[in-house]
Amino acid sequence: MEQIAKLDTIAGQAVEQVPLLVLRPRKGWQQLGLNDLWQSRELLYFLCWRDIKVRYKQTALGVAWAILQPLMTMVLFSLFFGRLAKMPSDGVPYPLFVFTALVPWMFFANGITQSSGSLVENASLLKKVYFPRLAVPIASIIAGVVDFCCSFVVLMAMVLYYGVVPSLAMLALPLFLALACISSLGVGLWLSALNVQFRDVRYVIPFLTQLWLFATPIAYPSSLLSEPLRTFYGLNPMVGVVEGFRWALLGTETSPGPMLLVSASVSVVVLITGAFYFRRMEVTFSDRV
Amino acid sequence: MADLAVRVEHLWKQYQVGRQPERYSTLRDTITNTCRAPIDFLRGVLRDRSNSGPAGNDHFWAVKDVSFDIRRGEVVGIIGRNGAGKSTLLKMLSRITEPSLGQVSLYGRVGALLEVGTGFHPELSGRENIQLNAAILGMKREELSAKFDEIVAFAEVEKFIDTAVKHYSSGMYLRLAFSVAAHLEPEILIVDEVLAVGDAAFQKKCLGKMEGVAKEGRTVLFVSHNMQAVTRLCERVILLDNGGVAGDGPASQMVTRYLSSSEGSTKLREWDDPVRAPGSDVVRLRAVRTRAEDGFPTDLVDIRKPIGVEIEYDVLKPGHIFHPCFSVHNSEGVHLFSAQDTDRTWMRRPRPAGRYISTGWIPGDLLNEGALFVGVAIWTLAPDHCHLYERDAVAFNVVDSYEEESSRGGWLGTVPGVIRPFCKWETQVERECAVASQGLPQEQCKK
Repeated sequence: MEQIAKLDTIAGQAVEQVPLLVLRPRKGWQQLGLNDLWQSRELLYFLCWRDIKVRYKQTALGVAWAILQPLMTMVLFSLFFGRLAKMPSDGVPYPLFVFTALVPWMFFANGITQSSGSLVENASLLKKVYFPRLAVPIASIIAGVVDFCCSFVVLMAMVLYYGVVPSLAMLALPLFLALACISSLGVGLWLSALNVQFRDVRYVIPFLTQLWLFATPIAYPSSLLSEPLRTFYGLNPMVGVVEGFRWALLGTETSPGPMLLVSASVSVVVLITGAFYFRRMEVTFSDRV
Repeated sequence: MADLAVRVEHLWKQYQVGRQPERYSTLRDTITNTCRAPIDFLRGVLRDRSNSGPAGNDHFWAVKDVSFDIRRGEVVGIIGRNGAGKSTLLKMLSRITEPSLGQVSLYGRVGALLEVGTGFHPELSGRENIQLNAAILGMKREELSAKFDEIVAFAEVEKFIDTAVKHYSSGMYLRLAFSVAAHLEPEILIVDEVLAVGDAAFQKKCLGKMEGVAKEGRTVLFVSHNMQAVTRLCERVILLDNGGVAGDGPASQMVTRYLSSSEGSTKLREWDDPVRAPGSDVVRLRAVRTRAEDGFPTDLVDIRKPIGVEIEYDVLKPGHIFHPCFSVHNSEGVHLFSAQDTDRTWMRRPRPAGRYISTGWIPGDLLNEGALFVGVAIWTLAPDHCHLYERDAVAFNVVDSYEEESSRGGWLGTVPGVIRPFCKWETQVERECAVASQGLPQEQCKK
């Protein structure tokens, strides 16, 4: 850079310098700036690492919370839906049936809760430093993977306890986890950008996750629905994830089919639109958080 | 110009001020608002609100048509009173917020330091915070590992590097935070007011570090209220006023102009628009004036005479006990004192709504010569809340007319120190001697 400038002066001609960066007002839809995001992957890494480190500081039970939350929910569900309501469970022991669904569900629900609040929580950062804003909600989703891993270990223990032998289908699990990531990031991007402008989002989220929990086949199997309806059910992207987990681990009949395809497409659409909406609103973040 | 570092062309930035607090809300209003809310919500979601601007929202321009060029290696100070647009300008240059109009061309990697310790987390250790902060400020990992020891040494926290920073003293915390930032090596460095923190020794150290940066030939943009630091560090100063460039030239010239800017604005500050006036929905500032003994607004006071700081405000909600107060800073940013309202009448009595004027008198023979900046605030103690604080609301100059007896005594030069009280002096003759010698022989002295 400096050398070029020197050459310019030596030549004695007013050679136009090329700016490294030009800042202009942006309007309307933006490009995603994935290149920029890749450049700051180190920051992304540190933001994740901070979220993970800080999350359970000064809690008595620490990481145990990541296991306790789905575990307690499982006990409650097994009691009320399994024992009292005698909910069918595709021939799998009911506690295992519920827990297999709860593990990805908790990851998703915590993911949207954390990411939707992430921009407002990091307000001081947004107001003082420039970096690709997408890094903030992405980091909060990735940080949730640690919790997921903890509860997944418990899940594996339960699978062994109930004597279920997983088939090769288990290898598909990372794909379903990726699908859960995509869904929760998509929803998280929408909600986090909305939350900057309308803090109402904060009050909507507990309600939303509550409703979504029952709209997802966690306490009951999706096999309750007959086929054309079941494919429509896939419009809820978590249906595909939950049933995918059950299929991969427990070998339930609801094998991935058109329903999964619908779920995957929906979550990809949500992610892409969410990312563009986020980029569009990004311009106003530092002034509004 | 071939060695440009920054080019700013016709830069504008608009902000919107929130809706005026609703003083009278009727049922009808509530109903229409409730009905309109979902429509406004949808409109807001689909369109960027700052473009459409629903009625009732007020817009103002924080930066108006600012243009300048900065060459590589220049150290430029940006000064101006609060609200002149300095911070907004820096935020645009460092990509935190976008300009509304105009453009900025940057000819190098920019590092911005708008706050010390951005992203520091109290639960993390010193080491972890250095890593995090470095990543936030854009330092690469190899760069950090090369400088890590240097950073720790500069901050003088070697012993506590693995302790959570919440256990740090505030001094240690600041040193660590500044140290990371000081080791940032961008081609263009943007610094906002970070030297205004910490104790005197630390400020000195920071200033020294900044001087070093400037000497290395890096381009530096520096915002500060500390005029001494500005004149020491910068050769060129851009003076902003009311969002626009009011002056651009040699540092000393601009600083003098800023300090003596008696263009009718410093002795009197009025907020005609109650929406933009500082305050809350309980109390709102209307005007601040400095008055001489004779009651006339002035920004020039004789060192022996008192000067009154008059705060005019509207109480919008009755039933609160207010405590107006003001603080005085000198041009180096040293906080000289704060004065609380001592009027017994209102100290325990809730005030009805209405307009009030409170005046605090600074006694004569107290302040030293020079420009002084008055900040005003209004508090309630129950609940403990600062409703408004306007730093540098007005300014005045204290001058010594040399006419009558003053605290300078017979000395004609500058009297150092931040204050200059009139101390009563007494001298008594113990003994008188004809010849002053060391031994003071007894016989030569009169009894």
